[in-house]
Amino acid sequence: MIYLQLFLAFAKVGVMTFGGGMAMLPMLQREIVKNRGWATDEEMLDYYAIGQCTPGIIAVNTATFVGYKQKGVPGAVVATLGIIFPSIVIITVLAGVLTMFSSNPYVQKAFAGIRIAVSAQILVSVYRLARKAIVNVNTAVVAVAGFVLQILLGVSPILITACAIAYGLFLYFIGRKNDAAA
Amino acid sequence: MLLLNLFWEFFKTGLFAIGGGMATVPFLFRMGENTGWFNAQMLADMIAVSESTPGPIGVNMATYVGFTVAQIPGAIVATLGLVAPSIIIILLISVFLSNFKDYPVVKTVLTVLRALVIGLLFFAFYQIATIALVDVKTYIMFAVFVVLALVLKKVHPIVWILLGAVLGLLLL
Repeated sequence: MIYLQLFLAFAKVGVMTFGGGMAMLPMLQREIVKNRGWATDEEMLDYYAIGQCTPGIIAVNTATFVGYKQKGVPGAVVATLGIIFPSIVIITVLAGVLTMFSSNPYVQKAFAGIRIAVSAQILVSVYRLARKAIVNVNTAVVAVAGFVLQILLGVSPILITACAIAYGLFLYFIGRKNDAAA
Repeated sequence: MLLLNLFWEFFKTGLFAIGGGMATVPFLFRMGENTGWFNAQMLADMIAVSESTPGPIGVNMATYVGFTVAQIPGAIVATLGLVAPSIIIILLISVFLSNFKDYPVVKTVLTVLRALVIGLLFFAFYQIATIALVDVKTYIMFAVFVVLALVLKKVHPIVWILLGAVLGLLLL
């Protein structure tokens, strides 16, 4: 029964939130902490913090954590399936409908306008992220390098990310070596 | 074979996209280019739909791309591919590294990765903007949207998408 509850609780969170990420935190707190008592507020914030610094979708990572804490690996899998289930159903239906109407001139006009709004949103999120993440010359160089490597040399984002991880490790060990010498 | 490819492409995206929803966008652009499954314009529309429907954006995007490539089985396989690395990594952290985020080495690597996401995402913006912004009218609309989003921080993205649709119908 707990498996069904895990599935339903996370499916509910999936249905009720638009946008994921930070938008999902209040819903998770209400459903998982307050209604179900499966985690404390502090644990939820910890899961979020770890979710942000591990690969993948934050909401999915949080579901995996809570599910694992309740019922081990099967619980983790069931909770994760719960949170992705509404997306699969809703998007599949919508994608089918939109594909049918995609050649309609009005739909095309609407999407031409929507694309402008989406461009603006991405630029604004780049700006917001940059204000937090660009803290010194080093981080500024990394951000510029990420853009330049793609636009000029066509390097894949996966390779760039792998290089950035290696660079981060390099910075860490250089820093430790200097600490030891001092 | 197609479903296996789809799973693998999304598995890689799930493994390398760090920082949630929007962080998957640069990887999806490259996926479209490499596989020919979808173009940048289709991806821009998928982002809009994913932002305007319930559920995490990254999951919605995977479902949408998967459906576009191979209907319902594609939607399921792509989404499972995206979340598989998360499940594995989070389980490993739950079992072995409860204080994972407090390790100094993790903090240093993350500082670099957070900066990198900005560069990657700016390139994704550049690609969508080249398609969306074609004349003076669209440039003006874009400027208005940027100012609105900067000033009205609390407004949900879905509002801007609906406004974009209305303005598109009236003006474009």
